[in-house]
Amino acid sequence: MKIKQLSIFLENRKGRMKKALDVLENGGMNIRALSIADTSDFGILRLIVPEPDKTKKLLEDNSFIVKIGEVIAVRMPDKPGGLGVILGILDENNINLEYLYAFVEEKDEMAIVLLHPENIEAGIRALESDGAKVVSAEEIYGL
Amino acid sequence: MIWNKEAECMSDHDREILQLKRLKEVVKNAYENVPYYRKRLDGMNIKPDDINTLKDIEKLPFTTKDDLRDSYPFEMFAVPRKEIVEVHTSSGTTGKPTVSGYTRGDIEIWSEVMARGLSMAGVTDDDIIQNTHGYGLFTGGFGVHYGAQKIGATVIPISTGQTKRQIEIMQDFGTTVVIFTPSYGLYLAEELEEEGINTKELNFKAIGFGAEMWTEEMRQKIEKRFNAPAYNIYGLTEIIGPGVGLECSEQDGLHIFEDHFYPEIIDSETLEILPEGEKGELVLTTLTREGTPLIRFRTKDITKLKRGECGCGRNLVKMDSITGRTDDMMKIRGVSVFPSQIEKALLRIDELEPHYQIIVTRPHLMDEVEVRVEASEDLFSDEIKELVGIKRKIENYIHSEIGLRVKVTLVEPKTLPRSEGKAVRVIDKREL
Ligand SMILES: [Zn+2]
Repeated sequence: MKIKQLSIFLENRKGRMKKALDVLENGGMNIRALSIADTSDFGILRLIVPEPDKTKKLLEDNSFIVKIGEVIAVRMPDKPGGLGVILGILDENNINLEYLYAFVEEKDEMAIVLLHPENIEAGIRALESDGAKVVSAEEIYGL
Repeated sequence: MIWNKEAECMSDHDREILQLKRLKEVVKNAYENVPYYRKRLDGMNIKPDDINTLKDIEKLPFTTKDDLRDSYPFEMFAVPRKEIVEVHTSSGTTGKPTVSGYTRGDIEIWSEVMARGLSMAGVTDDDIIQNTHGYGLFTGGFGVHYGAQKIGATVIPISTGQTKRQIEIMQDFGTTVVIFTPSYGLYLAEELEEEGINTKELNFKAIGFGAEMWTEEMRQKIEKRFNAPAYNIYGLTEIIGPGVGLECSEQDGLHIFEDHFYPEIIDSETLEILPEGEKGELVLTTLTREGTPLIRFRTKDITKLKRGECGCGRNLVKMDSITGRTDDMMKIRGVSVFPSQIEKALLRIDELEPHYQIIVTRPHLMDEVEVRVEASEDLFSDEIKELVGIKRKIENYIHSEIGLRVKVTLVEPKTLPRSEGKAVRVIDKREL
């Protein structure tokens, strides 16, 4: 199952990330997970939101550059080294991972990791056949 | 269409005879009626009678913008003030403006040269021409206005700004020709896109571009966005305003109306005249102006001239579009750099918006250049390494254009200042 992810271009200037998040808050948009990747010059804000298309439009109306991409969400095994198991599966199947980030769902105290391998389809196949718990979009949005 | 075949297709021989006759007249007029010129010529021991060939122009002194400022406001007038029916001034951003005074005859010349130039772009009495150049002391608005009226086109004198209204009028009035500065043109294009208007449906026939420098790459962007050919307009307030030279259907240089404006190219440092085809500072002498005749005015614009009959049928000399000004030349670590070179490098990347700003600093003893460029949706990638790659690519293009390493910074869209007149592209923070 693929999950839609928004990527937002941020210029490396004070307050730009806050501006993006303020736009979402004022527009009443929820955020499920968030991560930021940055260099000394610019950053990319990555978001998982329940309403990706609507959120993208709202950000664009506020002059942000936004792209929709896809990631895989996997429930982390509730034991030490849980993330290692997942990474091990990808490794064994020769799947390159570009980045990952994680968040904790408070209600069930459950950790979910979001993965962006080079090849999403192959990533899902490998994870599912090797027993990882791939989470559906509906489930993520409903959290 | 050729507006004035006799003048525009004249043989070299006939043209030189006419130019010499007019040069003698203008020198005599300036000497007799403008105290500034009398003093200069007397000081150099030159009399109007010393001008017997066109080459004798080299004996005459240059006129600079500072000379005109010193004569502020009316001392350069060669006629009594009551014969002046209109005045225009340069922007005066660096000190007192310079004043150009027009007699009725001068307005007629201005209308004539602009009618010739707009005809080159295909404008006829059938056209509806939306003139976004400012009407006021700036010459852009009136020059286009007079020329278009002389042709008999319908002029919409809308001036710059009120972009929403511009777009509404474009659609409602069925504008066929639009005149703008390149930076305002880009801004208009963005707004059209934002409103979801397809320029193909607007059916523009031609775009006239003036008052700012632009590169071939910028022309292509504008032509694509407006779906019409774009033609360069050149002029300066001191000489007459727009109408000194315009581009013909060949889109390969601007024909200078040499029967009214006599061009020379000089080396701006040695002041030597350069041979045809070499790049240097354009110097112009007004051959027919009555109000403010100018002898060998240094334009500070850098270009080159080429002769020979043009594919369009005209026999007027052509100048290249202006690639720099002697005063926007930046000296970076001792190397001469023009903003147009950086623009050229940026426009090699399709996905890039041609909005940029050049910031020059000297943090330690070395000059540093930062080029801020607006990112666009097409250029943005979710991956850091791709964005860094694009940044490097731009840096390399600029390096190959100017021979220096600069730092490129991608900024968010619509964060660089937009201009409704002339764009400010360079911010020099060095204290030189
Ligand atoms: Zn031509």
